[in-house]
Amino acid sequence: MIYQGKQRIWSEYQKEIPTDHWFYVRSCIRQSFFPASEKTFLEILRDRLGKDIYETPSHTTCGGIAYHSEAIPQETMMTIIARQFALMTEAGYENYVCSCITSFGLYSEVIEDWREFPELEAKIRENLWKATKREFKIPTYLAHASDLVYKFRNEIAEQAKFRLVNQQTGKPLRVVEHIGCHYAKMFPSKGVGGAEYPYVLAGMVESWGGEVIDYPERRHCCGFGFRQYLVKANRGYSVSNTHKKFESMEPFEPDMIITNCPGCPYFLDRWQYVIAEQTGKTYGKDGYGIPVFTYEEVAGLVLGYDPWDLGLQTHQVAVEPLLDKMGIPYNPEDKYKGVDGKQLQRPEFPMNIKCC
Amino acid sequence: MIDFGYGLTPSATLKIENVQNPRFEALHELEPDVVKCIACGSCTASCSAGCFTEMSLRRVILSLQRGREKETLPMLRHCMLCGKCQLVCPRGINTRHLILSIGKVYGLNEEDGR
Repeated sequence: MIYQGKQRIWSEYQKEIPTDHWFYVRSCIRQSFFPASEKTFLEILRDRLGKDIYETPSHTTCGGIAYHSEAIPQETMMTIIARQFALMTEAGYENYVCSCITSFGLYSEVIEDWREFPELEAKIRENLWKATKREFKIPTYLAHASDLVYKFRNEIAEQAKFRLVNQQTGKPLRVVEHIGCHYAKMFPSKGVGGAEYPYVLAGMVESWGGEVIDYPERRHCCGFGFRQYLVKANRGYSVSNTHKKFESMEPFEPDMIITNCPGCPYFLDRWQYVIAEQTGKTYGKDGYGIPVFTYEEVAGLVLGYDPWDLGLQTHQVAVEPLLDKMGIPYNPEDKYKGVDGKQLQRPEFPMNIKCC
Repeated sequence: MIDFGYGLTPSATLKIENVQNPRFEALHELEPDVVKCIACGSCTASCSAGCFTEMSLRRVILSLQRGREKETLPMLRHCMLCGKCQLVCPRGINTRHLILSIGKVYGLNEEDGR
């Protein structure tokens, strides 16, 4: 294919992302799984890049987990989302950015449904008014938080203290990028690069000095799949899915995994422990696993944040091998200390996967 | 090992590069076009026998590639060699000749309907 032709085709997969004035909504589960990710995101945007980003304590769940688990009907989910839009409208914002991929997929779905079925939108407006006396505007622009980090990836690279480069060998780190299914598989036009060439994480990795690995199961689900995990009888499907991905990426010897979804880093991280305890197999070197990060954590590491301030001690798979490769200094004594410097309880260590 | 109450299910992935399939290689030698098939299914869609029987040339080719001969060869006895599949094949495969070649290589006999 000629280069100009490639550029023309690629232009169809671009996504315009406004640069400032965002209404931010958090994820339900990320705050407990990866507690510093959202805080780091806000700090980077506000303090490092000087952007206006607003959040409100009145925000609640989008209803995504209950909706995908068939615990609540579509109308209930839509009314919850209408309330979030009302909060944005009341705060005077038009650009809506969410931390969660499930929420992003759901917001895209709801906006598309309302466009297709205006009578449904009218009904939800009525529901919301009856329930809360609120009114709302549909966001002019909807983005996922990883879109913003992607947008500012080069500005972050300019301020970088560390790069995704192995300091011992001088070679780029080999990175597996895993994108949440609900980011662009449902509504390809809403994601950077669409469903075919999702570039949101690959762009960050390349800007920050790493090398993206292309492996056969690259676009396979992480294994969460809502009911695959939530119903214990199905949980074997979940771990088998993750196992399939790891078996596929193993020959490429990845140094790390970067993700942009709440569920993916959790399952890619925790299932490594379960696989190790069930089969004795680990996928990193010397009995370690492959460390898994959110994109905010990687941005924080690149910008020189302390790894323990980024909450990396809450990961199941030890992150120290990667910190050593990147040349990031850390104090092992501080790993399990709280914010006030007080030593927290040390976790029990697994049998078959090393956790430093 | 810890029992979590759930476990890994064996992978159903089939790695074709690891499959030893000398008969398909022999077929490929006799009928090089067999690997041109893109499994589009035009042959199956236009098949005179396909409406009434299990005959599906697309499945035959895929299954032979995967070494699943037993379940595949009985399909072929429904073929009437009408040649409609040859007219619609976007890859220009001589499908009638291919089916006869499969018969030669895999040894279809009277019991199979030929």
